[in-house]
Amino acid sequence: MSRAESLAVRAPSPLWTFGLLRSELVTTFRRWRTLALLGVLAAVPVLVGVAVRIETRGGAPSGRGGEGGPAFIAQITNNGLFLVFTALAATLPFFLPMAVGVIAGDAIAGEANSGTLRYLLVAPAGRTRLLLTKYVTTIAFCLVATLVVAVSALAVGALLFPLGDLTTISGTQITFADGLGRALLIALVVAASLTGLAALGLFVSTVTNSGIAAMATTVGLLITVQILDQIPQLHAIQPYLFSHYWLSFADLMREPVYWDDLVKNLELQALYAAVFGSAAWARFSAKDITA
Amino acid sequence: MDEASATEPDPAAGDAGDGPAAGDAGDGVIRTRALTKRYRGGQLAVDGLDLTVPAGSVFGFLGPNGSGKTTTIRMLMGLIEPTSGTARVLGHPMPRSSRAVLPHVGALIEGPALYGFLSGRDNLLRYDAADPTADPGTRRVRVAAALDRVGLTAAASKKAKAYSLGMKQRLGLAAALLQPRRLLVLDEPTNGLDPQGMREIRALVRELASDGTTVFLSSHLLDEIEQVCTHAAVMARGRLIVQGPVSELAAGARGRLVVTTPDTGEAVRVLKEQGVADVTADEDRVTGEPPERDLAEVNAALVTAGVRVRGFGVERASLEDAFVALTGEGFDVAG
Repeated sequence: MSRAESLAVRAPSPLWTFGLLRSELVTTFRRWRTLALLGVLAAVPVLVGVAVRIETRGGAPSGRGGEGGPAFIAQITNNGLFLVFTALAATLPFFLPMAVGVIAGDAIAGEANSGTLRYLLVAPAGRTRLLLTKYVTTIAFCLVATLVVAVSALAVGALLFPLGDLTTISGTQITFADGLGRALLIALVVAASLTGLAALGLFVSTVTNSGIAAMATTVGLLITVQILDQIPQLHAIQPYLFSHYWLSFADLMREPVYWDDLVKNLELQALYAAVFGSAAWARFSAKDITA
Repeated sequence: MDEASATEPDPAAGDAGDGPAAGDAGDGVIRTRALTKRYRGGQLAVDGLDLTVPAGSVFGFLGPNGSGKTTTIRMLMGLIEPTSGTARVLGHPMPRSSRAVLPHVGALIEGPALYGFLSGRDNLLRYDAADPTADPGTRRVRVAAALDRVGLTAAASKKAKAYSLGMKQRLGLAAALLQPRRLLVLDEPTNGLDPQGMREIRALVRELASDGTTVFLSSHLLDEIEQVCTHAAVMARGRLIVQGPVSELAAGARGRLVVTTPDTGEAVRVLKEQGVADVTADEDRVTGEPPERDLAEVNAALVTAGVRVRGFGVERASLEDAFVALTGEGFDVAG
């Protein structure tokens, strides 16, 4: 019975999980697909900025008022910083969550599809640890994607439009520095708005062995939820749809900030993360890895 | 002998709690008892498997496609939960002790799987980062050594999607060799390799075995098993047909008497007279089951009868003969 007791060669460092996380981050952000998604996201503010610039070249700023197009679009000509808010409002309903759906859906299913999952598990990465690493990486992608939109919008805004103090929705004036701070805060809130969908996508990813199927299902769910959120007769369930409070980030531009919907949004995201995170864990930790 | 009695933090105590089987646990690097896997569709993939892989052996795991080899390997590696029965690897129950056992096991399961968009070297760095016991300080050195061992140093910076099947196979082997291992589980390790590559892998397996690593090798190439393995087990339709040292398995099938002669007709007549059964003639070769009596007398009888003998001898039974004798079938896909 000499075999069993002598197994430990080197006690794992408590920090090794970060080694796995770093490897996961590097692997994710080196993929062409990830870079292409970020490239598309960076292009949206450029399109919006150039379109607004061309539209208002005749010196008649926002003649149609603020009704058409995403929030804040009318104010861009007065202050380039508003392009950040407009770009986030334009990408949040679809572009950003679609990108997150691709990354989250592919997280486990993509590894299963290519067979690399079995080698990570016999390394052994540990199922819970691998799942957590995948979720943290997906959330990191949410943040990076949102910041890419914000930074691209800020650059385009500064290039095409004047910058300066800005007027909040409530009509008060705040300094440009304060405005920048709010833009960063809004970016963080937008990134946090995507964490519920990220958990949902990760759960879908543990159910199938096909990366494409998982991505398509996650994006399909996103579209379905967005449609359900538009049907008035379904108002009873709408507060529980993960996208229902997404555009509440605009409330950060009020003076004083109107927190109710913002808090509801964050609570809802936490609920989705908890429910689908647990479901993903339950599914993945008991799953037979046959791929 | 169920997991319930074993406690993970103290493996020795856990083994003691296993009752009658406790003394045996150390005998085998791999030891399964009544290991069974029934998939959700009702298909019985592995049926009551009792497998013992002795320490230090090169163990050949044989069976047609679909006989349950891969399912067994996946259960041993903690990827699939058994329906019933137990599996112990390095004396610990699987899949419960995966964290303790798997760092000592290098595995190549159902061919290599790589990140095509990463270089060969980066693939190994990633797999090594997934091992909690791997020291990040020596990671690059160990990766370089593993690449060198399988002859991939020159192609290390190439993207893995540009690798040939043989190169991918080598990279998969390199991943199994990132750390010193107590057990190597190699599923069809020479798949996709040219004859020279096969020879290299066989040499590598022998070298590893001589260092004391137990090698568990699955293959459909009986010839390969015979060349490198000390022990073998044969599976068919989810069941273990036989296991034991290769020499004993091959001895189970009797060799054949082979006479090479231009006078085949006369030779057949004489051999039958001498008590040789199942005589068949094919061009200048006459073969049959060797009789009980001294073969020297059989030869003398041939010469006395004027049969011109070019060659005379008993061909050793191959593992393939043994396999056919055991399963009563060829080496085909199970239906």
